[in-house]
Amino acid sequence: MTDQANQALAAADAPLLVSEGLSKNYGARIGCRDVSLDIYPGEVLAVVGESGSGKSTLLGLLSTELAASAGRVSYRMRDGVLRDLASLGAAERRLLMRTDWGLIRQNPADGLRMAVSAGGNVGERLMAVGWRHYGNIRREATDWLGRVEIAADRIDDDPRSFSGGMRQRLQIARNLVTKPRLVFMDEPTGGLDVSVQARLLDLIRGLVSEMGLAVVIVTHDLAVARLLSHRMVVMRHGRVIETGLTDQVLDDPREPYTQLLVSSVLAA
Amino acid sequence: MTSQHTGEMPAISYNFAYLDEQTKRMIRRAILKAIAIPGYQVPFAAREMPMPYGWGTGGVQVTAAVLGPDDVLKVIDQGADDTTNAVAIRGFFEKTAGVATTTATTEATLIQTRHRIPETKLSENQILVYQVPIPEPLRFLEPRETETRQLHALEEYGLMHVKLYEDIARHGHIATTYAYPVEVAGRYVMDPSPIPKFDNPKMDDCPALQLFGAGREKRIYAIPPYTTVRSLDFEDHPFKVQRFAKPCALCAATGVYLDEVILDDRGGRMFVCSDTDYCNARQAEGHRGEMAAPVSSSGGAVLPHPTPLPHGEREQGDAPSLTLTARGAPEGAGEGPFGAEIAS
Ligand SMILES: Nc1ncnc2c1ncn2[C@@H]1O[C@H](COP(=O)(O)OP(=O)(O)O)[C@@H](O)[C@H]1O
Ligand SMILES: [Mg+2]
Ligand SMILES: [Zn+2]
Repeated sequence: MTDQANQALAAADAPLLVSEGLSKNYGARIGCRDVSLDIYPGEVLAVVGESGSGKSTLLGLLSTELAASAGRVSYRMRDGVLRDLASLGAAERRLLMRTDWGLIRQNPADGLRMAVSAGGNVGERLMAVGWRHYGNIRREATDWLGRVEIAADRIDDDPRSFSGGMRQRLQIARNLVTKPRLVFMDEPTGGLDVSVQARLLDLIRGLVSEMGLAVVIVTHDLAVARLLSHRMVVMRHGRVIETGLTDQVLDDPREPYTQLLVSSVLAA
Repeated sequence: MTSQHTGEMPAISYNFAYLDEQTKRMIRRAILKAIAIPGYQVPFAAREMPMPYGWGTGGVQVTAAVLGPDDVLKVIDQGADDTTNAVAIRGFFEKTAGVATTTATTEATLIQTRHRIPETKLSENQILVYQVPIPEPLRFLEPRETETRQLHALEEYGLMHVKLYEDIARHGHIATTYAYPVEVAGRYVMDPSPIPKFDNPKMDDCPALQLFGAGREKRIYAIPPYTTVRSLDFEDHPFKVQRFAKPCALCAATGVYLDEVILDDRGGRMFVCSDTDYCNARQAEGHRGEMAAPVSSSGGAVLPHPTPLPHGEREQGDAPSLTLTARGAPEGAGEGPFGAEIAS
């Protein structure tokens, strides 16, 4: 076996993203405190907890959108080497973010260019990595619109004319077009109707397994965590208080707080 | 070093070219930096000028900073030396610097321009100063200044192509005809100010120094002589300049930028050089377009004066029914319907 193949094999069961002692303070207030966790290739990790428990802060730290007060985040680059993200230059980190990563925001208007056509939204990343053939960009955009169930004849419409569900699907296409390995999602089904949520969750589940994506998904909805995630972490007051396989945590929570969370869902 | 605004004095004396020497030095430092980093927007502490922003205060400050007593100044606005804007700026420097002025491109050592590059090829002895309304080419898609600065710093120009993509998606071709973005020296993407894209190729490998001044936005940028300037495009939608179906109606020039001129209220019109100096020089050399020669008066149609129009008279003097339409596009007009353009 070649060195490269060896490395690839080793990387498959080595973590893709590693956080160690991540903390974030907002002045005197704690955003997130001492979080260490690993994310493996192809794994969906749900971050759950009440509003204000630090989920979005943690996601921001993991995706380097926020600067940590302490701790660090490392990522296994495509060459198999695990690197401290703080050691990357801004150009290298941004390249990583728009090629190997995706970031799905709760409010699609924050993750889309609302005045740019659907095709332009999907094509942006391709153009950012050097695609310079209009026909090819358009073909790829059309293909991706199809994969997120947006009719091809909407390609020149801008997202202002789209429903909330369509906008969110467009945001997903825009992020996945460069075939990232890791996608961060913050309450992706947040403001949507229940039936629209269900369809979107099915779509996400299909794409995730088809593409072998690793996902960190923040949700306050345990049903979403149940449907999508393999593993979950429960947050309270900025700390991770429980972690484990999703079914285990939901069916047999150890922490009293998690038991409360789970039972309130059952009661709902 | 004084601009003595003592109300009762009839003659106000200014420092040479109005600005004080300290301000000029500050602007020159910005210009030197801009030349050292072709296409990069250098912030500068723009001064209030005795004219409104839309009048090219950025260009005026750059001109004031580089102007010397031996310079010969030409000022053009949309190709013409005789518009109110051009006349005012020329008069401003005549008064404050006492420099010689000209309308002939070949005689000028310094040319301040709004919205055009002269047709006559520029030389190493010349500086072209552009008036710039909006210096940031990424502004259209990314309004956040902090973000656009970051994008330039990291050479992330995908957004620029998103704009061109949108053009093709909407119009079937790249419909941007003014302020068409360029890449300078293989690095920075730059807004060439609202010149027609027709003029873009003239910026490439140009022997003259090109300076850009944005007054309201307080930015200066530059293209040093003989710098590669490339218009952005797609492989399957390559950059093309406007082409015109007919030669200039007055001087028969081809391969130049033409303005549409309405002749009467019955739809009569003609296309003439936007560069009036170029057109006049050609007519003086004996070139005649189809509307230039006297026609037997039996037809009765209103025709423009056949001979070269002296500066200052083109708009009203000799041809009372002339109405210029393609001129006077508002400063900052990025794109727009362009009557004379042939989609190629
Ligand atoms: N930008 C901020 N400035 C100050 N406090 C913040 C900021 N963002 C979040 N917080 C605080 O940090 C804590 C965690 O917030 P957040 O990460 O948004 O939680 P969640 O996503 O779980 O609702 C909360 O107490 C919140 O008020
Ligand atoms: Mg949140
Ligand atoms: Zn002419």
